[in-house]
Amino acid sequence: MVFVFYPVVDTIYMSFLEKGTGKFVGFENYADVVGRNEFLNVKRLENFLGGPSYGALIHNILWVVIHLPLCVFFGLLLAVLLRDVKGGTIIKSIVFLGMVIPMIIGGVLLRFILDKDAGILNGVLNAIGLGAFTRDWTFYPDTALITAILGSAWIWVGFSMIVYSAGLEGIPVELYEAAKIDGASWWKTFWRITVPMLKPATIVVVTMTLLWELKIFDIVYAVTQGGPGDASKVLAYIMYIDAFQAWNFGTASAIAVILTIMTFGFAAYLVSRMAKS
Amino acid sequence: MKKFTIIVHVIAWAAALIWIIPFLGVFMASIRPYTEVQSGWWNFQSFHPTLENFYDAWIGKTAGPSAALSTALVHSLIVTVPATFIPVFVAALAAYSFARFSFRTKDLLFLTLVLLQTIPQQMVILPIYNLMNSLGLLNSYVGLILLHTAFGLPWQILFLRNFFSTLPIEVEEAARVDGASYFKIFYKIVLPMSLPALASILSLQFVWVWNDFFFALTLIQNPNMRLATQTVPVIKGRYEPNWSILSAASIMAMIVPVAIYVALQRYYVRGITAGAVKG
Repeated sequence: MVFVFYPVVDTIYMSFLEKGTGKFVGFENYADVVGRNEFLNVKRLENFLGGPSYGALIHNILWVVIHLPLCVFFGLLLAVLLRDVKGGTIIKSIVFLGMVIPMIIGGVLLRFILDKDAGILNGVLNAIGLGAFTRDWTFYPDTALITAILGSAWIWVGFSMIVYSAGLEGIPVELYEAAKIDGASWWKTFWRITVPMLKPATIVVVTMTLLWELKIFDIVYAVTQGGPGDASKVLAYIMYIDAFQAWNFGTASAIAVILTIMTFGFAAYLVSRMAKS
Repeated sequence: MKKFTIIVHVIAWAAALIWIIPFLGVFMASIRPYTEVQSGWWNFQSFHPTLENFYDAWIGKTAGPSAALSTALVHSLIVTVPATFIPVFVAALAAYSFARFSFRTKDLLFLTLVLLQTIPQQMVILPIYNLMNSLGLLNSYVGLILLHTAFGLPWQILFLRNFFSTLPIEVEEAARVDGASYFKIFYKIVLPMSLPALASILSLQFVWVWNDFFFALTLIQNPNMRLATQTVPVIKGRYEPNWSILSAASIMAMIVPVAIYVALQRYYVRGITAGAVKG
């Protein structure tokens, strides 16, 4: 309890204090953070000017919007596919490796995959005749963020897959047998039995994935260091730089508070939506 | 139907390649000289397997002696072993009392757990940093172990409490009638019956602590004290990494959690899926 409530309250308190002096400055730290281009690049959003970055806030939202559906979809797909496949258990173990190795090493692996000459992605593109598209994926502002997001899905799908697999095991075989007797097609069985029965698993997958996406740090640190420029900065990353390189605990706390409010906002929205349906 | 099965198999194994090939790539890069890997590890015109990359990463050849993986791995072990066994031991005792003696803490505990999962680490790290600083526990493995213990306890207590509640109480009552003390009942009867649950939380906590990067990065800033997860990015550097040495370093940093996972796979996965405790 001490390790949760005291720090949370203290972080909120610190977000109102000035760097160095510790003077109470109201919402000045928040104004400082929100006014920055690396946090929210207003010009870019208005008319695609002012540098290629949208700002960390938007990057975090993009992470959720792209990464979450991918992980749910491919996790479910792999779980269903691999249930009946010979060697499925081995494949599952390999896919799940992404969740076992340190996330920071996962990031290093992604950087290797995306490397210009040594990376397998460009190797594959060359091999299938798409050599014109090869590039140093993490070095360009327009691809750094999206490749980091897709790469993080590559790492995280193991999680949703394993949760869905456990969910599948919990579905009584009788349901499928009954559906078979009734002459239901595979597709119909999937939508009428499998998906509804997996709802608890989906809730776990969605909430855990969401919490992970919003505080994403290791991957960005290893793959792009937030660059080039601000192109792939996320809230947790600028918070770390503010705190431990600029040593400004005031603005860093403000970012942490914003990040936490976002987390609760997203979580509350999803939970209420899922409770309804 | 037969055709359908074949198609499913082909799709499944094709999908599996997306995960298999990059891991194979890391392995291939690690056992070959960098000159052979530079333009793609999938080229095999010349192929000279070597263990030199592992040696170079081990002694920290590219990024200086403070980036020697040998010492970093030892540091990781120094932190991970106590930060695994201390919280699990405390959690086992606490969870047993929660399960067998009625406390009014169940709801409070559950609330803490939910909050711990929802609140980003970023929201608590600065006060913890200040606290550790004032206690003289910055750049100290004791501070890091304490932090991991505090973060491990709530979910472990909840996990074990749920497990203990499923154990038949009759065995314990019989032992009680025979005059066994509470502590004796605990370690002679309850603990042996709980080995699967303990294996789950031990493996999860071990991998979690070993893999942690953010807490280590903030609390251990002395370059000579870095853990393995901090050292690999240092070896990587900012520009044009030597992928052979880096792959060897990555393999050495990931081999410990992977070994735990392979050995305790069933328990590890059960721990993850039983409420998906860790993100």
